[in-house]
Order: sequence, then C-alpha cells, then structure tokens
Amino acid sequence: MPTPAPETATRQRWMSVLARASADAIAAHLKAAPALPPSTVLRGPESGLVMMRGRAGGGGSPFNLGEMSVTRCTVRNAQGFVGHAYVQGRDQHQARLAAELDAALQDPAHHAALEAAVIAPLAAAQQAARDEAAAKAAATRVQFFTMATMRTS
Amino acid sequence: MAYVAVKGGERAIDNAHAWLAEDRRGNPAVPELSLAQIQEQLGRSVDRVMAEGSLYDPHLAALAIKQAQGDIIEAAFLLRAYRTTLPRFGYATPADTAAMQIRRRISAVYKDLPGGQVLGPTYDYTHRLLDFMLAAEGKPPAPAPLAEATEPTMPRVSDILRGEDLIEGDGNPNPAQEPGDLTREPLAFPASRDVRLQALARGDEGFLLAMGYSTQRGYGGNHPFVGEIRVGEVSVEIVPPELGFAIDIGDVTLTECQMVNQFKGSKTKPPQFTRGYGLVFGHAERKAMGMALVDRAMRHDEFAEEPNAPAQNVEFVLYHSDNIEGTGFVEHLKLPHYVDFQSELETIRRMRREAEANNAAAALQETAE
Repeated sequence: MPTPAPETATRQRWMSVLARASADAIAAHLKAAPALPPSTVLRGPESGLVMMRGRAGGGGSPFNLGEMSVTRCTVRNAQGFVGHAYVQGRDQHQARLAAELDAALQDPAHHAALEAAVIAPLAAAQQAARDEAAAKAAATRVQFFTMATMRTS
Repeated sequence: MAYVAVKGGERAIDNAHAWLAEDRRGNPAVPELSLAQIQEQLGRSVDRVMAEGSLYDPHLAALAIKQAQGDIIEAAFLLRAYRTTLPRFGYATPADTAAMQIRRRISAVYKDLPGGQVLGPTYDYTHRLLDFMLAAEGKPPAPAPLAEATEPTMPRVSDILRGEDLIEGDGNPNPAQEPGDLTREPLAFPASRDVRLQALARGDEGFLLAMGYSTQRGYGGNHPFVGEIRVGEVSVEIVPPELGFAIDIGDVTLTECQMVNQFKGSKTKPPQFTRGYGLVFGHAERKAMGMALVDRAMRHDEFAEEPNAPAQNVEFVLYHSDNIEGTGFVEHLKLPHYVDFQSELETIRRMRREAEANNAAAALQETAE
C-alpha cells in the first residue's frame, strides 16, 4: 500500500465531517466530484454499539453512560488505499460512502478534488448549523443589569 | 416456579395482536404518524426512551414510541431488547462536557458566571397555560432570534468554584481502573460510584424524581443548590485499534446537572461544599436533577452520614430504579399462574378444614364440660 500522504489530523477532520453527514448529503456532493475509484469491502458495513462514558462530577472517574448505535465499514480501493468509517447511527450506505471517501482522500491524486467537492461544503454546512445554534443560544443569554434603588424620605 | 407455559391460546393471541395493530393505527381517516414527525415533534419522549432504554438512537426510539403507542416504558423495553442483537464495537472516550456546544446553561448559585446564564429552549418561565394555537395547526413559528455568539463553550461551574477550594473536586481518576458495566456484570454490593451512576443514568425518571424529592423533604436531606445545568451537543470519540488514533463518530445531546450541597469537613479538612452529579441522554433536566440529588444521597459513606433515609439506601435505590426490570417483574403477574394458584387453593382448603375441625372439637369439649 502506498504511504498515506495526509497527516493524521487532516484525516481525523474529514472522518469527523463524514460521520456527521447523511448518506444523501454525501452522495449529492459526490455528483460534483470525479468518480470514486472502485473498491472492495473488507468489512461490513455492519451496525453495532459503542458504550459512551461520562466522568463523575464532569472530570472525575469514568463511568458507563449508555450505548449508542454505530455503523462501521472498511474498504480497499483499486489504488490500494484502505478506508475506514465509524459513523453514528445505522445507515450502512453512509458508512460505505464514508469508507470509500476515506480511502480516496488518502490518495494524493484524488485528495484535492474530493476535499473541495465533498468535505469542504459538508464541513461548511455543519459549521453553519453549529453557528446558528450558538447564535440562538446567545439570544437567550440573560443580560443582568443593576437597578439603583432610591428611597425618598 | 413463577408460572408454567400454557398452550391453547394461540388463536386468541393472534387475534388480540391483530386488534392491537388496528388499535395502534387508530382511525385510518387520520393520517399516519411518521417516525420523522415523532423524532422532530416529540423530542422529549424520544430523549426519555433513549435514556431509559440506554441506547442513543433517535430514529429507533421514535420507532419504539410508535410501536408502543406512546407508552414510554414499553418503548424503552423495546430498545433494550433490540440492543441485545447488536455487537459491541468498543468504548468511547469519556465525554468532555466542558467542551459541550451549549444550548442551555444556567446556574442558580452564580449570577455573573463566566459565559453567562443561557436560557436556551426552556419551559421555565412559561405560564403552563394550554396553548390553543397549537391545536389549530397553524403556520410554523417565526425563527428564533439570533445574537452574536462569543463563547460557544463554557467552563463548568464546578471548575470555577474549585478555584477557591470551597467545593470538593472531581477526585483523581485511577487510570488503571476500568469502570463497572451493568450490561456485562450484574449489580453487586457495595456498588461503587461508577456503577451507581450508570444505573441512575438509565433509571426511571419518575423514580429518580420521587427519590430526589424525598431528599429535599428531609429524608436524607443535604440542602441542594443547582450549581449548573447544561444542555447541548457533545462529540463522541473512539480509538479504533485498526487506526490507532481517536476519531469523532458524531454528536449526542446530553444534559448535565451539577448539584452543590451543604458543606462537610473534618479535623484534617476545612469545610467544603459537597456535590451530586447527573448526566443523562437527551434534553432531560428533571431526570438529571433527580439523578444528582440521589447520587449525593448515596455518597453518605464518604461523608460519615447516618444512612437512614430511602434515597441513601444504595441497594434499595439501585434494585428499584430500573423500570424495565420493574415492569418485567410486576407485569409477569398477568401471565398464567394456574398451577401455582391451584396449590395455594389446596393449601387454604386444607387449612380451613383443619380450623373447622379444631373449632368443632373445641365446641364439643365445651358442651361436655
């Protein structure tokens, strides 16, 4: 397998973007991108569980909070890149697309085009949704003001 | 033996379930509910089913609510049953609630806390009057106002208070110790705090509310204040072994409650506020508060308090907080117990015969005297 070009941090970023994008949204952006190279599935897509954890008091000893559904998939594409995906929920199509993109994005020959056509717009939409929620929250921030009370004698 | 299997009711059961399906659908002239409608418009029910079903999956929770005709405990039961069909891929890194994308964050102890009081989408301060505008199914509401956001994340109040050492810390986690897991190991006593918190996080909201309420009314009271409640989205991170580095797999909505309670101290430690902690799936403030009150009550041994109230009785609380177990054991009483009851009938008939014989013998003796 060729040496993966991108740094781990870059890969973490696109994986996190794909984990939060619906299969439909990924597929829609893929239409504007060069076709993904053919790939074979090495594992999955299969749904399972991840046990989430919290910490006592917020920062203390960990405890098991409850499970969440997760779907994973691993593919190898025609160029020999292996792509992994772990995405929240049970959408196997999303996991498959995310794994294929993870493989293709590691390939310097495909990276720039896919980053521009798929990852960047999905990331922008996700950031916009977060910004909107933050702006709505900010509008509900209590603005305390001090009232000067005066006793007239 | 609790009950024995009884054959012969198959057709009645099939017909009953057919009627149930028809009853679930209701009047076919009324449009059918979609899962998306349940997920979007009955969000608090979805949250509660995920929390008590102990499975974060809003789509599945909506399906369970539809299937259970809105019966929340039945729906949580369906989720618990479903999760047993799925493999466990692993454990997530503990959620960092300080990095939460805040939708709501309030403190009842600090007015001017860094980040401020953010009310978010709350029922607090509503008048609890029925809104007949909703019955009219009118236009969608106007979009909520926006304001410039300066701090998307905010420090936890417990971390702010700790600066002056007035409040107990979170404790130093032992990295070598794996937290207990109730889905793998049955409850055992004494139960450590990690196991207690897991049980409370999936416990029945009504039960935790009542138990928490009882502490406020004096049964194991410890003078609580809401240090902080925060609601928002937290990213979930796992480290798959095949990758060897952490990846984000999505966001979950969590509600966290930091309850601050009256002080404890000792000869070696100056008095400090003590704390109770609640963390729950979804937007579930009532449950997070109940959990925090009960968590604090169950920590009586750490503060040398006399455990004489129900909420302080760890075994009692943990054995009865799970509504899936509770409903299973209570509702199994509906199943045929014919053989059990037959033996009871024979026993009581024998006892009555003996009692009657004794009475007759006593009467005879009285007449003879």
